[in-house]
Amino acid sequence: MSPRITLAVAGRVLTQLHHDRRTVALLIVVPALLVTLLRYVFDGRPEVFDVIGPGLVGLFPLISMFLVSSITVLRERTTGTLERLLTMPLHKLDILAGYGLAFAGLAAVQAAVVSAVAFGLLGLEAAGSPWAVGALAIGNALLGMALGLLVSAFAATEFQAVQFMPAFVLPQLLLCGLIVPREQMAGALRVAADALPMTYAYDSLQRVANDGALGSRGTLDVVVLAGAILLALALGAVTLRRRTA
Amino acid sequence: MTDAIAIKGLRVRRGGHDVVRVPALDVQAGAVTGLMGPSGCGKTTLMRSIVGVQRVAAGQVTVLGHPAGSAALRARVGYMTQAPSVYGDLTVRENLRFYARVLGAPLSRVDEVIDAVRVPARARQLVRDLSGGERARVSLAAVLLGEPEVLILDEPTVGLDPLLRLELWRLFAGLAERGATLLVSSHSLEEARHCDRLLLMRDGELLVADTPGGLSRRTGRENLEDAFVELVSRREEVAA
Repeated sequence: MSPRITLAVAGRVLTQLHHDRRTVALLIVVPALLVTLLRYVFDGRPEVFDVIGPGLVGLFPLISMFLVSSITVLRERTTGTLERLLTMPLHKLDILAGYGLAFAGLAAVQAAVVSAVAFGLLGLEAAGSPWAVGALAIGNALLGMALGLLVSAFAATEFQAVQFMPAFVLPQLLLCGLIVPREQMAGALRVAADALPMTYAYDSLQRVANDGALGSRGTLDVVVLAGAILLALALGAVTLRRRTA
Repeated sequence: MTDAIAIKGLRVRRGGHDVVRVPALDVQAGAVTGLMGPSGCGKTTLMRSIVGVQRVAAGQVTVLGHPAGSAALRARVGYMTQAPSVYGDLTVRENLRFYARVLGAPLSRVDEVIDAVRVPARARQLVRDLSGGERARVSLAAVLLGEPEVLILDEPTVGLDPLLRLELWRLFAGLAERGATLLVSSHSLEEARHCDRLLLMRDGELLVADTPGGLSRRTGRENLEDAFVELVSRREEVAA
């Protein structure tokens, strides 16, 4: 691995985004708008907003980075630039780390804006610090990126890649406990939820929001999350093949 | 004469049958070798095998003394794919600066290669807005960045105007003079005259490996297109 190449990949991904300002604007503005929408949907019951707000703020980056990375990496696969890179003297980890760095940077901006709007303007209340929520959001963005990179190997077209969002992310969002507490779900679904990474992302956010700190269970959640990111990246690295049929 | 590329018993299978069968092939170092043949004859698959990105069923491909695709070769072999493998959403310079950083080439190379392939590098124009021929030349420029010893170029001159094509062939000859080994594919036999050596391919097999002059003598035809037809018909007679 080489820092020079990792930074080159990260710089390139950010330059591509720089040329696509509309996507960047959507990535940054849409989560803030949705949180605002939510705040006024629950206008009569602000306590509900306080319960689901932090979870949503922390999970947005996961969803959007999943989409952005699955499509960016799919383009690399289909246009031959990935094949070219893999004939060059670089390590696959350089590509993964470069993507991770770029998307973590983007996620940081996204998380900062949506947190500022939610906690600053909309009066979202959380026991923990908004900074902790933001930090978890960046971690979640990395998970989204790693999952997006992995599923891009199974998509032949951008249409398919987009469809992986509802297929991979929506069930996790339904099962993680954000919409209905997991204790109220059917037993089989609770077991399924325990196997899905977003459950741990959501739990860590809830602990910060409700208890003010991660605590030992929350720390465990973060460890599981880190493991899930590494596993998804390792599986993603396997799909970056130097030799193809 | 030394050989930069040596192939023994290469077989590539796809969809249940052999798409490339090359019992033996040597590509001479410091020369421009043309890989000619109709589209679909296996040129790209053979090139991919030499670069080491093709999964092969059997055989050995050795480049500069190393097995094709080995890590030691990655800085020494440059591969230009047939479809331009450049980022459409970056400018020409941004593309080349990125590849230069990956290859560890000095950034001053960027302007040198832009000049060498004569591609317009307007400050704000994205590569996706260039013509197909221009995009291909950006892709070629990226190969030149690292000054590789072996260049595998898949149809670099397709769709270019005759003057530009000539300039590129001169560029290739210049690289070979300085010791580089070039394998350049084309489906147009007209371009064969620019090559030091020729490989003619058809249906996944090599018909002949010779110099353009040798090919004419062998077939008694001055025109390379006629020589190709002559070779194919002789082969079919033998097969019948």
